[in-house]
This record gives sequence, C-alpha cells and structure tokens, in this order.
Amino acid sequence: MTDTPLWKRVLIWGLVALGITFALPNAYYQRVETHNDAVAAITAAGGVATPEQAADRALWPDWMPSALVPLGLDLRGGAHLLAEVKVADVYAARIDALWPDVRDALRDVRDQVGNVRRQPSVDGVLRVAISNPDGMAVALEKVRALATPVVSLTGMGQNDIEVTADGSDIVVQLSEAERIATDERTIQQSLEIIRRRVDEVGTREPTIQRQGSDRILIQVPGIGSAAELKSLIGTTAKLTFHPVVRSTQDAGADAGPRNILLPSMDEEGVYYILEQTPVVTGEELTNAQPAFDQNGRPAVEFQFDATGARRFGDYTANNIGKPFAIVLDEEVISAPVIQSHIPGGRGIITGQFSVEESTELAVLLRAGALPAEMTFLEERTVGPELGADSIRAGQMAAIVAGVLVAVYMVASYGIFGVFSVIALSINIALMFAIQSAIGATLTLPGIAGIVLTMGMAVDANVLIYERMREELRAGRSPLAAIHEGYDKALSAIIDSNVTGMLTALIMFFVGTGPVRGFAVTTSIGIITSMFTAVYVSRAIIAIYMGMAKPKSITV
Amino acid sequence: MAFRLKLVPTQTNIDFFKWQRVTFGASVLAVVLSILAVAVLGLNFGVDFKGGTTIRTESTQNLDISIYRGALEELGLGEVSITEVFDPTFRADQHVKMLRVAPQEGYEAVTPEVIAEIEATILQVDPAATFPSVESVGPKVSNELITKALLAVVAASAGIWIYVWLRFEWQFAVGLVAALVHDVVITVGLFAVFQWKFDLTIVAALLTILGYSVNDTVVIFDRLRENLQKFKQMPLRDLMNLTTNETLSRTVMTMTTTALALLALVIFGGDVIRGFVGAMLFGVFIGAYSTLYVAKNIVLMLGLDRTEKTKKERKPGDHEFANIDA
Repeated sequence: MTDTPLWKRVLIWGLVALGITFALPNAYYQRVETHNDAVAAITAAGGVATPEQAADRALWPDWMPSALVPLGLDLRGGAHLLAEVKVADVYAARIDALWPDVRDALRDVRDQVGNVRRQPSVDGVLRVAISNPDGMAVALEKVRALATPVVSLTGMGQNDIEVTADGSDIVVQLSEAERIATDERTIQQSLEIIRRRVDEVGTREPTIQRQGSDRILIQVPGIGSAAELKSLIGTTAKLTFHPVVRSTQDAGADAGPRNILLPSMDEEGVYYILEQTPVVTGEELTNAQPAFDQNGRPAVEFQFDATGARRFGDYTANNIGKPFAIVLDEEVISAPVIQSHIPGGRGIITGQFSVEESTELAVLLRAGALPAEMTFLEERTVGPELGADSIRAGQMAAIVAGVLVAVYMVASYGIFGVFSVIALSINIALMFAIQSAIGATLTLPGIAGIVLTMGMAVDANVLIYERMREELRAGRSPLAAIHEGYDKALSAIIDSNVTGMLTALIMFFVGTGPVRGFAVTTSIGIITSMFTAVYVSRAIIAIYMGMAKPKSITV
Repeated sequence: MAFRLKLVPTQTNIDFFKWQRVTFGASVLAVVLSILAVAVLGLNFGVDFKGGTTIRTESTQNLDISIYRGALEELGLGEVSITEVFDPTFRADQHVKMLRVAPQEGYEAVTPEVIAEIEATILQVDPAATFPSVESVGPKVSNELITKALLAVVAASAGIWIYVWLRFEWQFAVGLVAALVHDVVITVGLFAVFQWKFDLTIVAALLTILGYSVNDTVVIFDRLRENLQKFKQMPLRDLMNLTTNETLSRTVMTMTTTALALLALVIFGGDVIRGFVGAMLFGVFIGAYSTLYVAKNIVLMLGLDRTEKTKKERKPGDHEFANIDA
C-alpha cells in the first residue's frame, strides 16, 4: 500500500522493536532478577564484585534493558498492612511536658496568684488551679508568654497553645493550628521510623506510604508472616530509665504523686513504683546491638549520646546501691541495682530474652521509638507458594486463552486472522514493556486483565475486518476495501475504547491493591491494543499486499 | 472461496423487535427479581465489605471440615464458617479450606491475637496445615470500602453517560445507561441467588462489565448514527434492525473471543480469582444481550428527532475521526 508514508512505517516498526526489547527481560525473569540484585549489590559495595556477584551479573547483558514488571504481593507473597497512627496520643504528652514550665512561670508571680496546683483533667488538657482568683489576669499573661508561634504553612501567625480561664482554673490546650502541625510531624516521624525498621530487616522493595491524614500503608514483599512484620513495626519501642521507688505485688497500689506503677515484663504479679520523670530516654541512644551478658544470656548493649552519657553517669555515681528500672513500652524489663558509677554512657540490658528477641529489640532501639501508638485496620498476607501457584495458573490460563483466540481468529478470517494474531502477540509484548518501564505492579487480577485484553483487543480487528468484508461485497477493489475498512471502523474503535478507559481509570482511583493492578493492566492494554490493532495490523497488511500482490482478497 | 468459520451467516435479516414485548418484559422481570433476591437473601459479603478475617489453610492431610469446626468452636469466636475449596489446578495431596471469622465485637481494628490463636488451634488438629493467605479487615475500613465501591459504580455509570451524551443523542445515553443498570443489577442478583462471595474484585468485575457492555452498545450506536445519515427515509425500527444485522457478526465474534479468553481463566486461572472472572464471563453474555434487546428498545421507545439531522448535511463516514489516517 502506498498511502502509508515511509516515516510512519519506520516509526511503527521502531516502536514495536523497542517494545519487544523492553518486554524481553520478563521472559527471563529469574535470570534478570539475579542480575539486577548483583548489580545493586556491586554498586552498593562501591563497584567491587565478588566472583559470585560477577557471575550473577553476567547472566544478563548489561547493555540490554533490565527493568522487570514488579510483581504484586498476591503473586510474590508478602504482607500488606494498613495502620492508623493515634495522633491524639501526642497531644497528651505535649501538654504534660508543659506542666513544669507553667509551674515555674507561676511561681515567679506567687504573691499575686497564690498557690498553684495541677487539677485532674482529660488527656491533652492541662488544668491548673490558683488559690487567689484575683491574680487570674496576671497568671494568664504569664502562661500565655510560654506560647510560641506555630511553624507551618497554614498555621502562620497562630500560637501553639490556647490558654483560657475557667473559674479559678487555668486551662491550657493545644491550638487547632498546632494540632494540625503536630499530626503532620507525628505522621512524618512514624513514616521515617517504620521505614528505618523495615530497612533494617532488609527485604526487597518495601512500600511505606502515607494514606489520608493519619494512616500508613506498609507493603513488604517476600515476608513469611504478617505477625513478624507487625511486631516489628507495631511496637512503640519507647525506652526510658527511671529511679525505682519500691516494688510491690499489688496491682492497685497507690503510686503517690509524680510516680507511676508499672508491671514487670517477665515476672508475673510483680509491679514497680517508679518516679514518673525518666533520667534518660531512648532518644538519647546512639547505638544498640544484640549481645550476651556475662552468663551468656542474650542481652542488648547500648551507647548513649554525650548528654545522655553525662546524665546517666551522674545519676549512677550519686545512686550506687539503689535499683534502677529499664522500661520499654510501659513494662519494666529489669530493675538492676546500680553497682558502681557507669561513665562513658555504655550499658547493657538484660532480661529473659531469646536471641531473636534481643536482636529485634536492638533493631527497634536503633531505629527509634514511634511518636504514637498504632493500630492495624487491615491486614493481608499471601504466602509465596500461593503466589507461585497463582502465577502458574495465570500462565496456563493465558496460554490456553491465547491459543483459543488465535485458532478462532484464523478460522474466521484466514490470513487476516493470522495478521491480527501477530498484532495481538505484539500487543502483549508492548503491555509488558510499558509495565516494566513505568514500574506498574502486576497482580493476579492484572494477569486476568492481560487475558481479557487478548479477548477484547481483537475486537478492533474484528470491526475492521467486518467492514472490509462489507466493502468487498459492495464490489470494491482489495486496496480500497482495506482503506475503507480501517477508515470507517475507526470511529467505533475509538468510542468503545474511550469508555473502556474511563471505567479503568475510575477503578484505578477507587480500587486498592490487586484491583488497582487490574485497572493499570487493562488501561495499558487498551492503549497498546489501539496501536497494534489499528497501526501494526495495517502495517502488516501493507507488507503482505506489497509482497504477495494478491489480485483478490478474502477476509 | 477459502474456508471461513462463520457463527453468523453473511446476510441476516432478523427482526430484533419481533419479540420485543417478551424480551423487554423478561429483562424487567430479571431486574426486579435480582433486586428482590438482594433484598431478601442478601449478598454474601467478603471481608472487604463486612470486616472480619479469612484464613486460607492448606494441608497434605484430607481432614473433614467438622474436625476443624470442632477445634475452632472451643475458641468461642462467634460465627465461624469453613468451606472446602476444590480446583482442577490443585495437586492430589493439596487440601484447601477457607475459614471465615466474623469481626470480633468491640474492636475497631484487626486483632492479631485472634489470628494467632486460630492458627495455633488448627495446627493442633492438623500439624501439616499451612496458612498461605490471611486477610483481615477492620470494620472501619470495610465501611469505607463499601462507600468507595458504590461510588465507583455510580461514577463509572455517570462518566459513561456523559461521554455517550456528548458523542450521541441523549436518547442513546438513556438507553445505554438503562442497559448498564440492567447488566449490573442482574449480575449482582446472580451473586445473591447463589450466595457467591461478593468482595472488591467483584466490584472490579462489575466495572469491567460496564466497560464491555458500553463497548458493545457503542459500536451499534455508531453504526446506527451512520445509517441515520444514509437512509433518511427508512423508519427507525427498520433502520435499527438493519444496523443490528450489519453488526451482528461483529457482536458475536467479539463476544466469542472475549468469552473464550475468560473461559480459559475460569477453568485454569485458579480458585483465587474464579469469582472475579466468573462474574466477567457472565457479564459478557448479559452485556451482549442487553445491547441487542435493552439499549435499542429504549431508544426506539424514546424516539429520535431526525428532522434536525437532515439540516446538517453530513456525508456518510464524515465522522469526527474521519481525518485520522490509520
């Protein structure tokens, strides 16, 4: 056919060649994956390769594209968790931390406000009673002076706390702008800490994403069970060191003011009354390593930073012979008696750990504590064997579907059916190429999307061929019939694909996980099938008409 | 002439409106029955929409469901359903069961302790058991997912409706959306009648059915629009019959290729996505039916204003995309 300009033919076949090249790595998934891992490891090691890595690298040529279609959790196996961060927890801690400052500020004006006493109140609200209500104005002024401007884009010009008078009480709480800013910080911090914890375990390509205002989506491929992952990321890991007041067997014991009652982690029925304000906290740790104590039991070794080391040193020097509690997430791990001054900020935590537990605790301490507790709203885990079964089943279905569609098309349209089957094969290659190039995840419904595309992509060819038949019946020449067939069918092809695209896009925005994978695959399939069924099949027919020069054609 | 497989003869002259009262009545009845089925029987919602936990167990031992049930009853977890899964792709010693536990009272979120407890209990009676998949959704998320899913179906229908309205006459859009509602409602009704698991993937299947059904209908509408230009004097009813007969071969071809592909998935694709592809397979047939017997009938009932068209003096084939050179 002479009506397709050369540049266009070159462009079409160029795109096809490019597509096949980029799809090719997926045909050798294992090899390319090993190659990619080796390349990453070599780069990480600064370009130095072990003989094994060099051998792995040689499995796939460096000059070839090596991007693979990422496999979804339902195919590779892995865990998907949706966590909600209890952002409001942080308000209470912030407000509690304000109390000493408020007390000190009011102490300066004692002659005007009288005695200052903290009143019980709901979490996140500080209530302070003053004995001389006449001094309220002065008291409010003093407490308001503690406020600092909010540092955020939206809360500019507002203060972080709201101070109001309620009878003889001063009520202090976080301002709306500060709450928003705090939430933002809490989530960012949680994301960062979860990322560090997951990275410590070293799995491949974890996804850690914020969702909405207070949720975090965590997807970790290739992990055996969600329980393991959940204990890793769900633990707050807040480590504090407190002076011990006394220990007790009574769970309802009155701890007294400024003290807290906490249970022992390992000893059933043992409780400790501790001073509420910690001497040092886990935030001052610079390192933590799994280790063994002098009796060979698993333990965790830690190292404080300069401030922490000084405080820890001073405290141990002044309190020799007294017990000292190591608290993790509101439970006392152990309460050893201080034997001597501990300078240098080095210490060891002993408890009834297994080796796994001490390793996990060290990871948690290194990564830092979560700013707030998390709850899990959704959990989905798929074992790697089920994923592999799904891939096998999907492949089988795809092959059978491909053969059925091919046989049916050839039986219906003869040589033209063969052309559309070639176009369809190119279509599948292009789908893989695009998914690899943009890193769009392939899920099990995504495989169904590919198979469905096989069935639906030939629709464009069917429309064209049926048109060609009509034109041939109307007595047109082969070339004219082909031309008219493509021209007239185009409107219907575009209309039907636009609506298909529309539903796929909606699915993408509404769906999650596997469904999203289906949406991505079908959208890509729609775009590539328009290209292959219209342009590629026509280019194939052009070659056929040019080479065979048939006097008449039968579609 | 070379051999050609033809499911539809070259020239057909079927009167698709001959039985229009019967077919239309049947469609209306099916829609009403489907709505009734959903209202009376309810849908067997999966954890996506209802919350709770499903655990897939796999074992080399062929233990009876009652053994599992007996073990789990002692835990007092409330409603626990256990079903055996069979699939032609399974190995001979692969025995799969699905456990379904209702959401635990008083919990906003997933309870990992419950999952651990169930797994430990099963391992006691069946040490060979493994747990290849666990899905647990808290009530908070499941409620959101229901809203999202409904929104998706409505948004997709509205989007399609607007597109078709812009590209065709409003009567076409009404007919098409009626056909879509018909397809979706009957498919959902089928899930109610057979109590098949209805989860997020089924919603995705419904959206795909929407897409397929539109595809099918739009092709006929496109041809109808073209024929409206060509045969200005022909009565609308005859014109529609002509159009449908002209495109019948394509309708059947595409239905067959799509159905073949989906059939392969239903048989060989494994049990995990069987509901999903099964719904789509059904949708292909119902979509083709609604194209032939629902969408056009409504357009015919509404009637088309054909006087305006004659003023525009459009040549056949002079459509929006005519200048794109394929």
